[in-house]
Amino acid sequence: MSTPVLDVQGLAYAYPDGHQALFGVDLHVHRGERVALLGPNGAGKTTLVLHLNGILSAGSGGHGAGTVAVSGLPVEKANLSEIRRRVGVVFQDPDDQLFMGTVRADVAFGPANLGLRGEELDRRVMGALDQVGMAEYVDRPPHHLSFGQRRRVAVATVLAMEPEILVLDEPSSNLDPASRRELADILRSLDVTVLMVTHDLPYALELCPRAVVLSGGSVVADGSTYDVLTDDVLMKEHRLELPFGFDPTALPRR
Amino acid sequence: MGAGHGHKLHFHGHSAVHRAPAHLKILALLAFMIVVVATPRGWYPLFGAYVVAIAAVIAVSRVPPGYILKRSVVEVPFLFFAVLLPFVATGPQTEVLGVTVSQHGLTAGVALLVKGTLGVLASLTLAATTEPQDVLAGLERLRLPAQLVQIMSFMVRYLDVVTGEMQRMRIARESRGFSARNPRHWPVLARSAGALFIRSYERGERVHLAMLSRGYTGKMPR
Repeated sequence: MSTPVLDVQGLAYAYPDGHQALFGVDLHVHRGERVALLGPNGAGKTTLVLHLNGILSAGSGGHGAGTVAVSGLPVEKANLSEIRRRVGVVFQDPDDQLFMGTVRADVAFGPANLGLRGEELDRRVMGALDQVGMAEYVDRPPHHLSFGQRRRVAVATVLAMEPEILVLDEPSSNLDPASRRELADILRSLDVTVLMVTHDLPYALELCPRAVVLSGGSVVADGSTYDVLTDDVLMKEHRLELPFGFDPTALPRR
Repeated sequence: MGAGHGHKLHFHGHSAVHRAPAHLKILALLAFMIVVVATPRGWYPLFGAYVVAIAAVIAVSRVPPGYILKRSVVEVPFLFFAVLLPFVATGPQTEVLGVTVSQHGLTAGVALLVKGTLGVLASLTLAATTEPQDVLAGLERLRLPAQLVQIMSFMVRYLDVVTGEMQRMRIARESRGFSARNPRHWPVLARSAGALFIRSYERGERVHLAMLSRGYTGKMPR
């Protein structure tokens, strides 16, 4: 097989206060895959995500082991700016991600950090906003947008960097059902590898053919999302529950 | 829970004052303030002329005068001190409406009141006719250090977020039967303020993480 977009090997990490969050995580994601990262609260999902673009690493104060590589490029200090271009992280609260005065300035922030200017920068900004259907809001201040719109702009801020893998932290949280579906349509339309951290299991099944379950700091399951969600023993053991009335077996198999 | 449109101090319009470049307006405000402060206390006709000048600018901007007057309530704590001055200052006494007050205090108080009010009105006129973003861009064009402009832009951006958070905390408190009516309730307010501070601090860290994730290296791209 080709070089995986994301290659995590034996990743372990303990925070400076001694709390160990990850115990030897292995994860490979290949080009074009959409993978759901599932797991109960406190399983280490966020810690894993912060390793993917080098915000956390063995060198950042905590103790760690193992390696992370993005399309063959190891995540280490010397490559951080290229790593952060390749790995686009969309955080859960769009207010954390959108901090500039206008949508345009916010979407331009990432590519401008990569050194883009002028027309090329403009093209990236409008291209990314087009992909999430927010182009007409380009000159509005982000705090005047609805929550769903802000979430979409947050996705655009990362798309503008043309990442190789899009990492989404709880993309469907706090969205109304229509915004949730619109975001699903957008994510499906993107030609990019996706790793999606979520508690929204129907959303994972809808969008991601593959699911990885992280529990207690290690990977306990990695397979088709359908198989994971229908494995009652696995689900129960790792505090995963389907919402009331949702039965994956009643859906047509894809 | 979406925020309202338009900044609370800004009055949307397309007058000549609205359209004037922000950095010119900031310079004009600064020059006006220096002149007002430098005018000796007793020159009342000149202060009258200043008031007329501000009124003229407000009229041209077509911002309703009531809009600006309502917002000048922020001045009240200062007025309190201005009114206090004649009573606490020493020196020769004089009588106003049957009350004996200090003469120096009286002139100082009136000067403070007049100059302060002029300043507040002029600043509010700038705020009403200029979007916060444009004020920042204007300051940048005036070569204010980039760090200061960055700090101010974060303040503008997160003012709504933090006040929203504060509102929600207040509503949550009141939903549990609490309302701050007397000083005995202040410890609760203090704890809320502490929680708000920590939340804002943590948000600052998350914002920084999100910035790092998009390649921020300590300098704003331009």
